[in-house]
Amino acid sequence: MFAKQLTVFIENRNGRLSEVLNVLKENNVNILSLSLADTTEFGLLRLIVDKAQLGKDKLQESGFSSLLSDVSIIEIPHKAGSLQALLKVIDNNGINIEYMYGLSIGSSEAHVVLKANDTKKVDDILTENGVKTITCEELAKL
Amino acid sequence: MIWSKEETLPREELEKIQLERLKETVNRVYEKVPAYRKKMDEAGVKPEDIKTLKDLAKLPFVTKQDMRDNYPFGLFAVPKDKLVRIHASSGTTGKPTVVGYTQGDLETWTECVSRIACMGGASEKDVAQICFGYGMFTGALGLHYGLEKIGAAIVPSSTGNSQKQIMYMQDFETSLLVATPSYALRLAEVAREMGVEPQKDLKVKIALVGSELLTDAMREEMHKFWGKDLLITTNYGMSELMGPGVSGECLEHCGLHINEDYFIPEIIDPKTGEVLPAGEQGELVITCIKKEGLPLIRYRTKDITRLFYDKCKCGRTLCRMENLCGRSDDMLKIRGVNVFPSQIEEVILSVSELGPHYEIILEREGYLDKLTVKVELAHSTDSFSELERIKKLVQSKLKIILGLDAKVMLESPNTLQRFEGKAKRVKDLRGIK
Repeated sequence: MFAKQLTVFIENRNGRLSEVLNVLKENNVNILSLSLADTTEFGLLRLIVDKAQLGKDKLQESGFSSLLSDVSIIEIPHKAGSLQALLKVIDNNGINIEYMYGLSIGSSEAHVVLKANDTKKVDDILTENGVKTITCEELAKL
Repeated sequence: MIWSKEETLPREELEKIQLERLKETVNRVYEKVPAYRKKMDEAGVKPEDIKTLKDLAKLPFVTKQDMRDNYPFGLFAVPKDKLVRIHASSGTTGKPTVVGYTQGDLETWTECVSRIACMGGASEKDVAQICFGYGMFTGALGLHYGLEKIGAAIVPSSTGNSQKQIMYMQDFETSLLVATPSYALRLAEVAREMGVEPQKDLKVKIALVGSELLTDAMREEMHKFWGKDLLITTNYGMSELMGPGVSGECLEHCGLHINEDYFIPEIIDPKTGEVLPAGEQGELVITCIKKEGLPLIRYRTKDITRLFYDKCKCGRTLCRMENLCGRSDDMLKIRGVNVFPSQIEEVILSVSELGPHYEIILEREGYLDKLTVKVELAHSTDSFSELERIKKLVQSKLKIILGLDAKVMLESPNTLQRFEGKAKRVKDLRGIK
């Protein structure tokens, strides 16, 4: 199962991130998880939100370069070693991870957002190995 | 369509007219303009020394500095009460240059622009929307009178309020657009934002662009937005000489026909001032031979081009000047290298991942010039490697074309400034401490 990640290109300029967040606030789009990676000149803000399409449309209207891409939101036990176990499965299948970020809510489960070079393959492998993936909507309800 | 029979005269007949008008003009300025008399006396040349067209080379040059030194009316050949219009250049460096027109000059101007509009495919059937700023700038009114004369319906919408411009285009079924190339692109962008597809929903078939360089890459970009069938031609002029109407491109796209019965062109070596033979590249020098108010003689345009005298397929015998690759005024000197902004533009337009808008920033770091080019992403991506790839691609292309290392900054779409008149894309901060 894939989830839609909202990615926004932002220039490294004072107040740019806040402008993005303001657009989301104005449209009542709630952020569930985020990762901000940057170089000296620009950054990519990757977001898991409850209303990805709406968020993208509104950001585009406000002049931000944004897009939706497929990522996996993977549910793993909230305890030491479980992420390492997951990676073993992924590595063993020759999949290259492009980036990953996490969020942990509650006490029994944690979630990581993962983007691999082959999105379809990673999804198949996770299913085969009985690893649970969820959508943004499901995540929002947790 | 060819507007006037003078455009197809055999060369001998044309030269007869030129010589007659040149003699008359030189006589007149010698008599009426003290600054000219002084210049000619210093050069040891009298009006009667002009016996053939070749003798033109004996006359001294006039430069923009002469216009400044004689600001505002010192070079005029008529008393002020004969003037019916005064225009001025923007004067970005120092005092503006002032030009005055008599009733006769306005008729000449109209005639020259009518010819150029016809060269670009205009006819009485057109609805012509003029998106040049009306005012002291000569572009808008020049095109206005020329197009009106051929019977087109003028929509003098000027610049600004781009959404309304699109509405006029839809409601009035505008078929001819007058704008700078960059504003023509901006208008297409705005149309799309409004849900109007320029190629389908609008009826623009002809674009007469000017006041900015039209590079081949820019022409292609315009076709992308406005359709491949759009007839795009550029024209040339400058307020000192008259405004638009000095020369214009015909639909053969093989250079700009100069209205030679009004302007005599020469190409000189910009360093020595020596006249170069036809076909060689050098600075364009223009002599106005039918102007009353401000008949400039051997005016140095600072534009680098070549002249061709072979007959054009369109049937006109008027000589052609090569479309400019850059005004020497626009040329930047970066770390000792001559760079025309149009070269940078060409690189940006060749990268499909980028939009057509850009900004060039020059700074001084220690003793070194630093060149930064800001560009807009046309598509979104969620991958750093893709962004790095685009940046490196632009950098390496700039390095090949300019021989310079440039810093490339990627920006979100629609963040760089848009221009309605002449685009000001270069920010030279090297002099500012």
